[in-house]
Amino acid sequence: MKNQSTRRLASARMSSRRTLLKSAAFGAAGLVFASPVIAQLRIVVSGAQFTPLPIAIPDFASSDPTFGREVADIVRANLRRSGLFSPLDSSEMVGMVGDVQAEPDFAQWQGKNVDAVLMGQVERGQQIQSSVRVWDTRAQVQVEGRSLATDASAWRRIAHIVSDAVYTSLTGESGYFDTKIVYVAESGPKANRVKRLAMMDQDGENLQYLTSGNSLALTPRYSPVQAVLAYMNYDDGQPQVYLLDLATGQQQRIGSFGQMTFSPRFSPDGRSLAFSVEAAGTTNLFSMPIGSGNPRQLTNSAAIDTSPTFSPDGARIAFESDRGGQQQIYIMDAGGGGAQRISYGQGSYSTPVWSPLGDLIAFTRTQGGQFHIGTMKPDGSGERILASSFHMEGPTWAPNGRVLMYFSDLGGNDGPRLYSIDVWGRNLQQVPTETFASDPAWSPLLG
Amino acid sequence: MRTIAPNFSFAPIISILRAFFVVAVLVGITSACARNTVGEGNATPGSQQEFLVAIGDRVFFETDSSVLTAEGEATLTKQADWLFKYSRYKIVIEGHADERGTREYNIALGARRAAAAVNFLVSRGVSANRITSRSFGKERPVAICNDISCWSQNRRAVTVLN
Repeated sequence: MKNQSTRRLASARMSSRRTLLKSAAFGAAGLVFASPVIAQLRIVVSGAQFTPLPIAIPDFASSDPTFGREVADIVRANLRRSGLFSPLDSSEMVGMVGDVQAEPDFAQWQGKNVDAVLMGQVERGQQIQSSVRVWDTRAQVQVEGRSLATDASAWRRIAHIVSDAVYTSLTGESGYFDTKIVYVAESGPKANRVKRLAMMDQDGENLQYLTSGNSLALTPRYSPVQAVLAYMNYDDGQPQVYLLDLATGQQQRIGSFGQMTFSPRFSPDGRSLAFSVEAAGTTNLFSMPIGSGNPRQLTNSAAIDTSPTFSPDGARIAFESDRGGQQQIYIMDAGGGGAQRISYGQGSYSTPVWSPLGDLIAFTRTQGGQFHIGTMKPDGSGERILASSFHMEGPTWAPNGRVLMYFSDLGGNDGPRLYSIDVWGRNLQQVPTETFASDPAWSPLLG
Repeated sequence: MRTIAPNFSFAPIISILRAFFVVAVLVGITSACARNTVGEGNATPGSQQEFLVAIGDRVFFETDSSVLTAEGEATLTKQADWLFKYSRYKIVIEGHADERGTREYNIALGARRAAAAVNFLVSRGVSANRITSRSFGKERPVAICNDISCWSQNRRAVTVLN
């Protein structure tokens, strides 16, 4: 009896497309990694069968209707770009605005074949205030009701915050829309290309240049807890790691160690940095509490050890080393020692980046004259290649661990562009940038 | 798991043939340029021009390697002799990598190549005080194209006179 009722309950739940979205989008990941061989088939099948959730988002009610439409436009664009939602075309909602007071006319929305409706209103004041309600049109229940606010000087953020709330309510996962992307903006001829740091919202808006371009600036990394970047700059002639405070624009070198310091990465608490130090041609890994000026040596070999990345609990560091003859990924204790190789496929593996969820490590693989972006579990199993081309590298994780961004170029005089893809290998998209762009670094949720 | 099988076809042969062709053309162009601009005999002894033309300011490396080739050692030996003669110069060795590696690794690889050149010059009697080095990784290529012939020109250590 009990089994039967459980089953009935489960099937009732499955009738909701909302639940289906959760299982299609995120449940699939569990299946995939259970058995690599079947998993690959599985994800292809589910990828082909996966249907984005149809959602209606009427323009937000507002005393400024243009503003209400702009906010809804941003939310619709965010959700469409995620690949998990299919927002109803605006032409199907002419004259409609969000109504957060009343229950929606479910029959009407079912007639338009949408499974969810987002009703919103937004007003500008000292702050920007928005109220939203998300409804399941099949189950005829409210899924989410929220009041959200943001600073009036950054009005687009309200749309991103709303997008994150909708994404979370319908997928059960945290979102990634209220975030920044820092990258290296590249311009000029390839032999003497200007490379400077730029920052934009994840949807490409609010572009700002952070460095002048007088010296090469590379490999930005965003602190997981605050608006601070670590990056490498040739300002002093030698490549050195700098910390750049985004609120004040102040920056400083982390110290003078060896000949050059590069490849920085923050610890999960943002209090320490791991980085490479080169001296006399040898490159080893160090870590240092920020501001202490007192680095601790983590590796000591004649090899090139670089691209350190912390596990989310801060206990371990993955890195790449050519100590075995070519670049491979290793994991060691965060204090150094006990390094174990985890990558064993053909070719070389580099730029490991630990997912904020801890379940996967993204990497660049070079094999067969091609570059590939892939993921593997921290024990090295379950490798999946997500994208391949003449040249691609430098993955960075969205803060929810479900989307990767990287850069790719066609070679020759062409330049690099940013791309995003989800961890299931779906939804490959070019991320529009004003110039050529490389080394993307995804911020945490701005919160 | 997805495997990445090598693509057996005639494409590699064609690209190798094309590479030879490109090299031939490039050699033709560079030698023509050299004749037009700086005649070998005209460089003033001890000048930067003489260093560039008669000695050679750069050595090249194999893929992923920082081991000096026989040709590279010969060039550096000539550099060491020249620097011994013209002791007023300080030098910077700039290490570079081709674009077929990842960015951070290439910065380290460029440093390793620069260090190989520095060590060789020191072993041939150039005072270490006169030498500094730095790496540009793959950020400053000299040859721009899509094939092996030009990647090899970018895997280099360049001696810059100050």
